[in-house]
Amino acid sequence: MPILCNQMAFGPFLLLALLEGTVTAAVLALTALGLSLVFGVMRVVNVAHGAFFMLGAVLAWFVASHVPGAPALGFVAALVLAPLAVAALAAVADRLVLKRIGYDPEATIVATIGLLYIFEQAALSLFGPDARPVPAPFTWRIQFPWFGYSGYKLFVVAAALVVLAAVWLMLTRSRAGLIMRATQVDRQTARAFGINVDLVYTGTFALGAALAALGAVLVVPIQQAHYLMGGDPLLLSFIVVIIGGLGSLRGTLVAALVIGLGDGIISMFFTPTLAKIIATLAVALVLVFRPQGLFGARA
Amino acid sequence: MLRVEGLSAGYGAVQVLRGVGFEARAGEVTCIMGRNGAGKTTLMRAVMGLLPALAGEVRLDGRKVSDLPAHQVPKEGIGYVPQGRRLFGPLSVAENLQIGLLTRGRGAAVRDHVLSLFPRLRERLDQTSATLSGGEQQMLAIARALCLEPKVLLLDEPTEGLQPSMIGLIREVVMGLKAEGVAVVLVEQKVEAVLRMADQVVFLDRGEVAEVQPVAALRADPRPFRDHVGV
Repeated sequence: MPILCNQMAFGPFLLLALLEGTVTAAVLALTALGLSLVFGVMRVVNVAHGAFFMLGAVLAWFVASHVPGAPALGFVAALVLAPLAVAALAAVADRLVLKRIGYDPEATIVATIGLLYIFEQAALSLFGPDARPVPAPFTWRIQFPWFGYSGYKLFVVAAALVVLAAVWLMLTRSRAGLIMRATQVDRQTARAFGINVDLVYTGTFALGAALAALGAVLVVPIQQAHYLMGGDPLLLSFIVVIIGGLGSLRGTLVAALVIGLGDGIISMFFTPTLAKIIATLAVALVLVFRPQGLFGARA
Repeated sequence: MLRVEGLSAGYGAVQVLRGVGFEARAGEVTCIMGRNGAGKTTLMRAVMGLLPALAGEVRLDGRKVSDLPAHQVPKEGIGYVPQGRRLFGPLSVAENLQIGLLTRGRGAAVRDHVLSLFPRLRERLDQTSATLSGGEQQMLAIARALCLEPKVLLLDEPTEGLQPSMIGLIREVVMGLKAEGVAVVLVEQKVEAVLRMADQVVFLDRGEVAEVQPVAALRADPRPFRDHVGV
């Protein structure tokens, strides 16, 4: 990076940082949206969310490596199958574990910590400890006057925006979204109006996990799939939903953008460690001065 | 229409209702009265399946509904207006009504009929329900329940804290439902309202049915009001 600094003026350097930050923000928004949905609707702090991210990445590698032909075919198959498989796994976990403990807020934290370890060790046992690369579906680059930039990374941003818009439309315009929002407000009254709250919870948990897995499939050609890769996305997702306001979708998106761009810019101009320190400090400040988050409702 | 037999229910280890039984008939208003803590709201919640029945049963048109999951009970045709309204506050008026319509798959015609009862809601369809006045919120809570086209409507203190004009409107709607053949079960504390609207009164005392009296008998002898409600 210092070599880059010497060769480029500040403007292009900032552009590169913004591009990297936007990619981070896009993936983070998807992952954090899943966490926020699960908390918002179910009041469950899902510590296993990072494991669902990791499973998405590992399954993407598994699927992509078993589909013959061009890398794009394997990637598309992974893009469809990995989130579906992770959603199914989450639905089973919800029915077998969370429902049985009555979605008690404290018990579910302990339970999802247990799920996190189970999924990590299962991935280690089944797929091994090695980091697994997944080839990008295409390799073309966009040539700026100062540097070339991965077209795939811009595709990640576009794909994340499409998914975020689709989730937003689902929540605000569809019958399923209306039922989810009503359940979020008052699950007892929702039951009194014929809403099968258990089914809503299972669906929400599966959707949250699928969003994490989708973010992982998109990012795995940039990073690599590894059984311990869920830690950072989990931490950053918590930072995002705490700053944005637990359960606030608008807050989640805004905070993901701020944290993602901040991470990109600070990492580029200083160090990634400083970026994480500042993000954590921001969480501390929000918790002290505005505990409900920037867009969250006061309890 | 609605028959409650030997119903016992409570919260965790605390039993509130002990063997409650009564019948609410079509086209009649059954009032539930009792002192604070007598179990009126618990009875409403238990009939809706929101509290598990420890004993006894609830039948609607002979069909046992107390064994159904709570979300199936309203689909059988029991509407509920809970105490304190319990609207979906961040949702709009139209969305609150939509939730009611979804319950039994009712459509625009039902919504139009319900809105004709509460024209003020029609002007506020896009407004967030939490921003409505108290009276408008109560209208919406009743309208939302009416979107089910219920055979039985449970109303838990619907006029509590409302101004007189709003109370009058809600009573008109209740009498209209009665005329349409709906069985109305109404938790109410105001004696004059009970005497005007009810056909029978179920007096609850410490979770048990103390008396069931037709309103005509209460007009002749109002002592049960004093004995069981303290008025």
